[in-house]
Amino acid sequence: MTKLNTASREKFQAFLDLAFKLTTRFFAFAVLALLAGIIIELFIGAMPSIKAFGWKFFTSTDWDPVNVKFGSVIQVYGTLVTSLIALLIGIPVSFGVALYLTELSPKWLKRPLGIAIELLAGIPSIIYGMWGLFVFAPHLADHFQPWLIDHLGPIPGIGMLFQGAPMGIGMLTAGIILGIMIIPFIASVMRDVFEIVPPTLKESAYAVGCTTWEVVWNVVLPYTKIGVVGGIMLGLGRALGETMAVTFVIGNAQNFSYSLLDPGSSIASTLANEFNEAYGDVYTSALIELGLIMFVITFVVLALSKLLLFQLGKREGEKT
Amino acid sequence: MNLYRKRRLINGLNLTLSMVAMAFGLFWLGWILWTLIDRGLSSISLDVFTKMTPAPGSNGGLLNAMAGSIAMTLAGVAIGTPVGVLAGTYLAEYGQKGWLAPATRFINDILLSAPSIVIGLFVYEVYVASTHHFSGWAGAFALALIVIPVVVRTTENMLKLVPNGLREAAAALGAPQWKVIVLVTLRASKAGIITGILLALSRISGETAPLLFTALNNSFWNANMNAPMANLPVVIFQFAMSPYDDWHKLAWAGALLITFGVLGLNILTRFVFRSKTTLH
Repeated sequence: MTKLNTASREKFQAFLDLAFKLTTRFFAFAVLALLAGIIIELFIGAMPSIKAFGWKFFTSTDWDPVNVKFGSVIQVYGTLVTSLIALLIGIPVSFGVALYLTELSPKWLKRPLGIAIELLAGIPSIIYGMWGLFVFAPHLADHFQPWLIDHLGPIPGIGMLFQGAPMGIGMLTAGIILGIMIIPFIASVMRDVFEIVPPTLKESAYAVGCTTWEVVWNVVLPYTKIGVVGGIMLGLGRALGETMAVTFVIGNAQNFSYSLLDPGSSIASTLANEFNEAYGDVYTSALIELGLIMFVITFVVLALSKLLLFQLGKREGEKT
Repeated sequence: MNLYRKRRLINGLNLTLSMVAMAFGLFWLGWILWTLIDRGLSSISLDVFTKMTPAPGSNGGLLNAMAGSIAMTLAGVAIGTPVGVLAGTYLAEYGQKGWLAPATRFINDILLSAPSIVIGLFVYEVYVASTHHFSGWAGAFALALIVIPVVVRTTENMLKLVPNGLREAAAALGAPQWKVIVLVTLRASKAGIITGILLALSRISGETAPLLFTALNNSFWNANMNAPMANLPVVIFQFAMSPYDDWHKLAWAGALLITFGVLGLNILTRFVFRSKTTLH
C-alpha cells in the first residue's frame, strides 16, 4: 500500500517536474518569438511602402508627405553621421576612463568614480535632450560653432561639413550628445575586459621596464582587442537607435545637407516626430520601413558586438 | 638616455590624457545634474504634486502625469517580471544543452540594447492598431517588453552564482528538480533577482520613446488603463518642445523628479546587491 502510494507520488512529482521545465522553456522561447515577432510585424507594416517604392527607397532623398514620395537617404545619413560623431568622441574618452579606472585610480576612488560614470547611463535620454536643447546648444552656438565656421569652413573638402549659420541645433550637436551618452556603455565593457588580462602578463611587462602606458598599449590592448571592438559596437548600437536626445537637438529638418551644422533628422527622430501625425497608409508604412531599416542595422551591429565579446570569453575559458 | 626620457614623457602625457578623459565624463554628469537642480528646484512647488497638467498660461501641476507613469511602470514590471524570471530560470537551470538556451541568450542580449522606439512601433502595430485606440495598457505592454530582457539577464546571472553544492544537497534529500529550483536556488538568489527588477524599474521610468505611440498623453485625470494615459516622460517632451514658458517650468520640474528618482533607484540597487554579496 505504502509502496504504491510512493510510486504514485513519484509519478506526480515527475509530472510537476516536466510541467515546470516546459513552462520555463515556453517563456525562454517567448523571448525568441518576441524578436521574430518584431521583425515580421515591422515587415508587414512596411509592405505598402516596400511595394510603392521598392529599392528606390534606399536611394531617394525625397521626404514629401504631400505628394506621397518617400526615401530614406536623409534619415539614414543623419543616423549614421550622428553615430559616427558619437564614436569619434566616445571611443577615446571611454578608453581614457577605462584606463584610469583599471590602472591609475587609487583604490578608494575606484568604486565611486565607476558608479559616477555609470550614472551617465542612468540619466533618461529625454533629460539629455532637454539639457541639450536649452543649455548645451546655445553654448555651442555662441562659442564653438562660429569658430568652426571661421576656421574649418574655408578648408576645401572637409569645409563643406562646416557651412551655414551657428544655430546650436543640428547634426553636430546631436552627435556630441550621443557621444556623451555612449561613454558609460563602452567604458564599462572596456573596463571589464581590461580586468581579465592575467596579472602575470602585465607584471612581466613591468618587470622588463615598461611604463604604464607601454603596458596598456602593447600588452593590455592587444590581449583584449576583440572585447574592445565588441564594446565599441555596443556603443554604436546604442547610438544608432537613440531617440529622444536626438529628437530634441537635431532640428528635424527633412532636407539633405552635408553640413554638420545644419538641422537634419535621424530615423529615430523622424519616427518620434511624425508617426502620430502621419496620414494615409503609405506615409505610415514608409515610417515603419524606416523603423525596420534601423532595427536591422542595430541588430547586425549588436550581434557583431555580442559575437566578438563571446569570442573573447571563449578564449578565456579555454585558458583557465 | 634620450629614449628613456621620451618614453617617460609619452607615458606621462597619455596618463594625463586618461585623467582628462575621466574628468570629461564627470564634467557632463555634473553639468546636467546642476542644470536640473538649478532650473528644476525653482519650479517645484506643492502645485506640481497636487494639480493636473494645465493649459498654457494657467496654473497647474503634474499629478495626472505622475499617477499615469507610476501605474504604467508598475504594470509593466508586473507583466514583465514573471516572464523574465521564468525564462532566466530556464537559461540557468536547463540551459546546458540544446539549441534553445544559447539562441535565447544571444537574442536576449540584443533585445537588451535594441532601440526602444522600435518596441513602441511593434506594440502600436499589434495592439493599438487592432484596438483602434491608444491606451495605458499598450504603454504598460511596451514597457514590459523592455523589462523582460533585463530581468532575464540578471535572473540567469544570479542563479548561476548559486553554488552547485546547494542543488546537489537538495537533490540528495530526494527533492524533485522543480522543488530544488523554486525552494532552493531561486530563494537563494532572491536579492539578486530583486536587484534585476529594480534595475528594470529604473530603466523604464524614464523611457519616452515606447510610450509616444502607445499611451500617448492625456491632459486630464484618468484612472482607466484602457484610455490614453498621461505620463511624465511624454508630458516633459511635449512641454519642453512647446513655446510656453510656464510649460517649460513644469517640464524642468518633471525632469528633476524623474532623474533623481531614476538615479536614486540606481544607487539603491547597488546597495541591495552589495548587502547580498557580503552575505556569502
